[in-house]
Amino acid sequence: MKSLIGILDLSTKEIDNLIHTAQDIIARPEAYREKCKGKKLATLFFEPSTRTRLSFEAAMYELGGNVLGFSEASSSSVAKGESVADTIRTVNCYADIIAMRHPKEGAPLVASVKSQVPIINAGDGGHNHPTQTLTDLLTIYREKGRLQDLTVGFCGDLKFGRTVHSLIEALSRYSGIRIVLISPDELRLPEYMQNKLSALENVTFTETKDLEEAIPKLDILYMTRVQKERFFNEADYIRLKDSYILTPEKLAEAKADMSILHPLPRVNEISVEVDDDPRACYFRQALNGKFIRMALMLMLLEIQ
Amino acid sequence: MLVNPIKNGTVLDHITAGRGMELYRILKLNELECPVAIITNAYSLKMDRKDIIKIDGEAPLDLNVIGYVDPGVTVSTIRDGDVARRIHLKLPQQITGVIRCKNPRCITSVEQELPHTFRLDDPQSRVYRCIYCESRAK
Repeated sequence: MKSLIGILDLSTKEIDNLIHTAQDIIARPEAYREKCKGKKLATLFFEPSTRTRLSFEAAMYELGGNVLGFSEASSSSVAKGESVADTIRTVNCYADIIAMRHPKEGAPLVASVKSQVPIINAGDGGHNHPTQTLTDLLTIYREKGRLQDLTVGFCGDLKFGRTVHSLIEALSRYSGIRIVLISPDELRLPEYMQNKLSALENVTFTETKDLEEAIPKLDILYMTRVQKERFFNEADYIRLKDSYILTPEKLAEAKADMSILHPLPRVNEISVEVDDDPRACYFRQALNGKFIRMALMLMLLEIQ
Repeated sequence: MLVNPIKNGTVLDHITAGRGMELYRILKLNELECPVAIITNAYSLKMDRKDIIKIDGEAPLDLNVIGYVDPGVTVSTIRDGDVARRIHLKLPQQITGVIRCKNPRCITSVEQELPHTFRLDDPQSRVYRCIYCESRAK
């Protein structure tokens, strides 16, 4: 029985298989409509989420299964002080697979140790969010036709942005990846992540504060939101939240086939005028999230 | 200075000079009922100066703790006056219950019964990370 806690729990072969399955689901959705008939997904969301929870639920419904769960901690026994381990033991009695979001880092790992059914980490604080990374990888693959030989710019909050860390780790296992880190000093990629990148031969990385300078070289531009919930000090959040805003003017120098990704939700870091640009992929990315979660649940439930 | 040889017990040798008392405290050797000798700043050909701890009796020692505090220590088990076993410690791959995760966002900050476990991430820099949140041990 396998769980997914961090993206590196999956080998590149497993990721390639998931992308292949997701592509097949997109091509032949009718072939998958009863694959999970009789199976139940529990969505345990100890903190609010819109797209991740709905995406998981839509994915299970499209596979013919059912969904149960809660969408905030206040409507669960956690509000009475129940531990993660006890919650998981209880939910094991009712569900075949569990998708869990929790504000505390490491909570899904605790759950996976106690669980008799697969656990999918649907986000643990600022730590891991592997299904977002799978979504990003599927999007890059569908937009570019490959996961190798790409120049990928990450822009905005590279310090707290869990999606950035996970995607960098995942891409680092492919060849010919050139990473451009675009952030203010206060939100630079943490030193330990930079050290990891420096040790790799197949990846090069550069740092800049200037989005306009970096943009002409990029095949992919991954924008991020400066997340209020990751700051203890509101003054720091207010000072940094508008660091980078992508506008049509800034896109003028970008490649005609550059893809703009964003894990969403967006606040104002991508101007709404960019939405109609064919290079804007973020809503297609949200749709891809459902397909890759369908593929993932089939894999973890060992359904062919 | 002369400390008598021990007959049955443990000798912690090649302790970095100045670390002997720290190990004594962390290993709670003050709670043992048998004699314990701490020699500090002993002359050493290999290390110039070193500390030594001799425990004249049975003592359950957590080698991972010793390896984490001072990875160069040699642990000799003495039986009937002879060395029955000698272990040259290294940095342990994983330690539990020695240090605590200070990250307020970590699950260990709210679930008190969870063991605080850290995994060796970078042996050269002696960096350990929490297995839950991956924060660096401080």
